[in-house]
Amino acid sequence: MAITTTVNGTPHSLDVEPEMPLLWVLREQLGLTGTKYGCGIAACGACTVHLDGRAVRSCTLPMSAAEGKQVTTIEGLAQQGTLHAVQQAWVAHQVPQCGYCQSGMIMAVAGLLAQTPAPTDDEIDTRLTNICRCGTFVRVRAAIHAAARAGATS
Amino acid sequence: MNKWTRRAFIGAGTITGGGFLLGVAGFTFAPSRHSLVLADAEAKGQLTTWITIHPDNVVTILIPHCEMGQGTPTALAIMAAEELEADWTLVRVAEAPALDAYANGYIVRAAGGGYVPAVLGRGVDYGAFKLVEWFGFQVTGGSTAVRSTGEYGMRVAGAAAKQMLVEAAAAQWGVPAPECVAKASRVTHAASNRSSTFGALAQAAAGRAVPTSPALKSADSFTIRRTSPQRLDIPAKVDGSAMYAIDFSTPGMLYAAIEMAPVFGGTLVSVDPTPAEAMPGVKKVVQLTEAVAVVADSFWRARRALAALAPQFSDAGHGGVSTESIFAAFDAALGAPPAVPKDAAKVVTADYRAPFLAHATMEPMVCTAKVEGGRAEVWTGVQDPLNARSTAAKALGIDAASVTLTNLLLGGGFGRRLPFTFDYVDLGVRIAQAMSPVPVKTIWTRENDLQHDYYRGAALSRHAGALDASGRPLAAHSVYTGGGNGEAVFMPYAIADLEADEKDAKHPIRPGQWRSVLNSQHGFFKESFIDELAHAAGTDPFEFRRSLLVEQPRFKAALEKAAALSGWGTPLPAGEGRGIAICESFGTIVAEVAHVAVSPDGQLKVKHVYAAVDCGDVVHLDGATAQVEGGIIFALSAALLSEITIAQGRVVQTNFRDYPMIHIADAPHVTTAFLRSDAPLGGLGEPCVPPLAPALTSAIYAACGVRVRELPIRKTPLTRSV
Repeated sequence: MAITTTVNGTPHSLDVEPEMPLLWVLREQLGLTGTKYGCGIAACGACTVHLDGRAVRSCTLPMSAAEGKQVTTIEGLAQQGTLHAVQQAWVAHQVPQCGYCQSGMIMAVAGLLAQTPAPTDDEIDTRLTNICRCGTFVRVRAAIHAAARAGATS
Repeated sequence: MNKWTRRAFIGAGTITGGGFLLGVAGFTFAPSRHSLVLADAEAKGQLTTWITIHPDNVVTILIPHCEMGQGTPTALAIMAAEELEADWTLVRVAEAPALDAYANGYIVRAAGGGYVPAVLGRGVDYGAFKLVEWFGFQVTGGSTAVRSTGEYGMRVAGAAAKQMLVEAAAAQWGVPAPECVAKASRVTHAASNRSSTFGALAQAAAGRAVPTSPALKSADSFTIRRTSPQRLDIPAKVDGSAMYAIDFSTPGMLYAAIEMAPVFGGTLVSVDPTPAEAMPGVKKVVQLTEAVAVVADSFWRARRALAALAPQFSDAGHGGVSTESIFAAFDAALGAPPAVPKDAAKVVTADYRAPFLAHATMEPMVCTAKVEGGRAEVWTGVQDPLNARSTAAKALGIDAASVTLTNLLLGGGFGRRLPFTFDYVDLGVRIAQAMSPVPVKTIWTRENDLQHDYYRGAALSRHAGALDASGRPLAAHSVYTGGGNGEAVFMPYAIADLEADEKDAKHPIRPGQWRSVLNSQHGFFKESFIDELAHAAGTDPFEFRRSLLVEQPRFKAALEKAAALSGWGTPLPAGEGRGIAICESFGTIVAEVAHVAVSPDGQLKVKHVYAAVDCGDVVHLDGATAQVEGGIIFALSAALLSEITIAQGRVVQTNFRDYPMIHIADAPHVTTAFLRSDAPLGGLGEPCVPPLAPALTSAIYAACGVRVRELPIRKTPLTRSV
């Protein structure tokens, strides 16, 4: 039984087990490798994508849950060649080090800002639980506030 | 070692289309970290670091180091471009291939082969020492890239290329070379109003005699160094296009999931492959000496099928090993506290304990390989592609020259991907060999990664110190297990009687290099103990250290700077405290002040960390700052939370649920200041790690009166009041 889902605006019909996590379908079936595997238990957030606009951890999300939904990955975050405000802030603040967690971090923050356009530090602390081993958190926080300001004026 | 090519000190050549290539030959190394002897490099060296100037005026700088988040390629390119007088916007970088020509042993090459200088106290720091040991490798580690490849390779290459370009322009225009000026990728002769791009001059420049000792710029004329151009690797890291080892794919590729013997040294005794073979997508169950792998058409299917197996492994006789047994052996090896002078007015003793730690790079270990007809292709992420290539060749029983290894971006390194820890390459190529000629990508799960790391060693350190009647320290002695070296145990303080002795207590938990290596344990031990001596003397911990650093001006300046940044001495609310620590490692001195709050019920909040860093000078200001911030956060996560424990010979922790990392909510503000000194460049990838834990426990003591002597801090209740 094929599962239909729309990824970055393109509809796909995928012949995979309904319990196969979305992460591996994105990476292996669709070649969208910007979404990363980090833990497989939804603990680190490296696999964060948007499902109908909400940030979700794709490593534990079965394909059956993506049926008929809109999936956005890091590759689909920029619009018409213009980086999303969060991506722009990430460049301006030179956030990434190794960069491996940053696709998920950016998608989590974009999801956060979609719901809470100007989060306080407390809201950031509560809502953002992605792990970064290089220790970019100081810049992540500054870049979130910058992206929020940019979003407010655009 | 005859493979070393003998060439001139700096070599040049042309490229197809009329460009210009330039490389710098090797250097010899004298038994002092700051004394590089160039005299016989001409005879002994080889071409290593290359600059290419293309006809379109683009400059490509080939970097013999990997990018694992530390920004080395950008920093090295800056060092070359600065001397070259290149327009930074025209500079590109590429990682050098895994070939002997790019081995970074050139900085340690000396007559007669791999000469290894003795580690004489602090004469050679760890990074330089490892460079010697890693002679002939192509390694990124030991916080060495900028201060070795950059200082002695990139700068010289850039300066030589500039001189040749200037001379080429002068010859073309018939004017004296000293009247020509190179700037922003052009050579200009003002008097005759002539100007030409580097690209246009490249072919003529390549034909010039190669200068053997080009003049280097003085620091006061730097225009790119000490500034913060954007890192070259960042755009691809915000749009998902950056290619890590786990992202590689090649047509027809299959995926492997593995289960390894859970006890170190154990082997696969038996496994019934039938349950997995019957599952969708499964191609083969591969039995190896120490592991079983399932190869399938998707990683998830491979992993699901692997879970259906019940492999039996031997325990190599280590099934009785536990954290408790290891520390009991440590304790027995240390014996009684070291003796201190009998005339002391006050004697202080303390034990400090540090756990095993995993690296837990965000990208787990991955190796893709294709083995066919006595040759192999390997795609992976390593801190030493040349040695990883040898690992692959050895595993397959073929020559290294028959292996092509492509190094992709590393999703974190921290020492996990160094020489002698390429088990993931070794396993990956053997699995691919079993599937030959089909390419196979072997992906480690987080569980594989945490349970089969090469661990930061657990250690126990026993200290005794003596104060005279006025509170001045007479002696500080320690005995320790878990490894040490002259740099790690070095204390800069004016204490007449300092001693640190290593005791041996073997265990089967395989050791690795973890960011800052032995300094990560010993920084905590020695700086905690000096802090305890300060309190025993009734003296402020900052003032106590400062009074003992009169003869160490760089240490004293860093300590004072960190204290000043933090507002040391100004009043804090009840339940808050500041702590300070200072360590030198990898040629860099770092003082850190932690400011914490401890609630009445023992909840700890790390509010702010202030760092004063003397690494001589800074190459890339923002990149250097990022390394300070990152080093502090990395160290904080370990100090607060991390512990690998052993039970029945195996690692207990499985994933981020039981080996947790801090989140943004736990991350303090970080304030960084760099002190400029006349010292040679120091490293930056690691030196900000060691002072964090002792600064933190010192701050906790100031805040609530609890002295934490064991890491991670979460194991000690912080509920006792002052």
